[in-house]
Amino acid sequence: MPDLRELYQDTILDHSKRPRNFREIADANSKAVGHNPLCGDRVTVYVRLDNGTIADVSFVGQGCAISKASASLMTDAVKGKSKADAHGLFERFHKMVTARPGDPVDASLGKLAVLSGVCEFPVRVKCASLAWHTLEAALERKQETVSLE
Amino acid sequence: MAKPAKILLNVPAIKADFPILQRTVRDKRLVYLDSAATSQKPKQVIDATSDFYSRYNANVHRAIYELGEEATREYEGAREKVAAFIQAKSPSEIAFTKSTTESINLVAYGYGVKGKIQKGDEIVGTVMEHHSNHVPWHFVKDHKGAVLKYVDVNDDGTLKMEQYDELLTNRTKIVTVTLCSNVLGTINPVKEIAKRAHEVGAICVVDAAQAAPHMPIDVQSLDADFLAFSGHKMLGPTGIGVLYGKQELFEATEPLLGGGEMIREVHLGWAKWNDVPYKFEGGTPNIAGAIGLGAAVDYLTKIGMDAVRGHEMEMTEYALEKLARLKGVQTYGPKDVNKRAGVVSFTIDGAHPHDIASILDVEGICVRSGHHCAQPLMERFSLPATARASFYIYNDVDDVDALVAGIKRVQEVFA
Repeated sequence: MPDLRELYQDTILDHSKRPRNFREIADANSKAVGHNPLCGDRVTVYVRLDNGTIADVSFVGQGCAISKASASLMTDAVKGKSKADAHGLFERFHKMVTARPGDPVDASLGKLAVLSGVCEFPVRVKCASLAWHTLEAALERKQETVSLE
Repeated sequence: MAKPAKILLNVPAIKADFPILQRTVRDKRLVYLDSAATSQKPKQVIDATSDFYSRYNANVHRAIYELGEEATREYEGAREKVAAFIQAKSPSEIAFTKSTTESINLVAYGYGVKGKIQKGDEIVGTVMEHHSNHVPWHFVKDHKGAVLKYVDVNDDGTLKMEQYDELLTNRTKIVTVTLCSNVLGTINPVKEIAKRAHEVGAICVVDAAQAAPHMPIDVQSLDADFLAFSGHKMLGPTGIGVLYGKQELFEATEPLLGGGEMIREVHLGWAKWNDVPYKFEGGTPNIAGAIGLGAAVDYLTKIGMDAVRGHEMEMTEYALEKLARLKGVQTYGPKDVNKRAGVVSFTIDGAHPHDIASILDVEGICVRSGHHCAQPLMERFSLPATARASFYIYNDVDDVDALVAGIKRVQEVFA
């Protein structure tokens, strides 16, 4: 049986209540908007790239605790990484939140592992991955709104 | 103290009729509070549906043999039951569709796009409509150049009736309104709305998806011209809906689907249509669905729609009182249970509705979260989302108490 405390761990609650990098970046090279029409969640991710490295990354928007915490943790995790490394991290993150309950969690995900409980709640995977999809769009400099249906 | 609910319904006996309510969810008792999305089904409905397939499955209106006659008799019997359920003059005023959505699309297309609506004609809707009573009218605007106008909502969740009067003109051809809001629970004064529409020569289309399952409906007293509802929200199967239309308006409405069943004669290049309501039922219909809906109507009629409504008023009053005493919890819609149904949207300070629904889910409680297919209404109240609990005949105060305990759990998590 899934445990509530697995989904809403203290780290997640902390990041949702006091999200890190929750701001705009005035000199961002790129930004993208992500929207989950199912729940009305909306996030804007800002990126400042320096020679292919994510020198700064931030987000603003509204959403549930899972999407906010995931966005907050994501910005901490990808700051200072190359675009390719950020992409690889997203792939491993996505694998974790869509894994079967009980599957071992990839140790290289670090702090992001606190969101592994999401795999017990498949309807919440979109919440956890919205910011990541939006980051990908910002890195690829796609202009359109990312919409998760 | 909230007064205890009067015994209007024998809820334990009703619960026993619903096989799904015997199961557990995540090792907890199932507390189903999402009947506004879809209701659960009693064994009487499930049996009626499976009886059709196991005992007399055949196509309707064409087979010459006994099975086909039985199927046709039961299918048409369901139409008669539905007609009586809403006080229609005749079963020929009842068309089976797949859903409320299809019913409203049929009117918008058959009466609007292919019918009488001209450029500049006006259609008056309201801000509180479900998307299924918004989007079909967009089609009429796009295809015919109709002008869409909307009645706004007061802060208490009631319609601005004085604004409605101002919107009505001699160009108004259609007024379309929900009898009961799926977000606020508001029961709209449709009889008065229809009367004023008729005074300017407009017809009144009524979305009864949230009303037909929960309160007595008399289409003649309402003087509704069209009225739409779904089987699955009123104990019936999914995939079966109803469109009521006054005989002369049904005659004036073009069909949405061309094909078998809906024709009288077909030639190369042209066809004559069948009588109403059959001209709206192109293709083999959802026979099992209609028969299941007939069984649902029987079930509700046996309980009595006045008792259903009375029970839900008691439930709603109890829930609103309990929720009002929880700090940091807001409810939406009219406070007076005489003006609302058992649909209770709520928010909790510091907790997103999706998190509310997930935490309640772990407690075995099913509520809806999101925009409830009513984005214009949510924008009106500046709400990205709400959680929503909705009641039916199989819910009792224990279910409300479970919800209240669940909300306290949500508040603990987000404290």
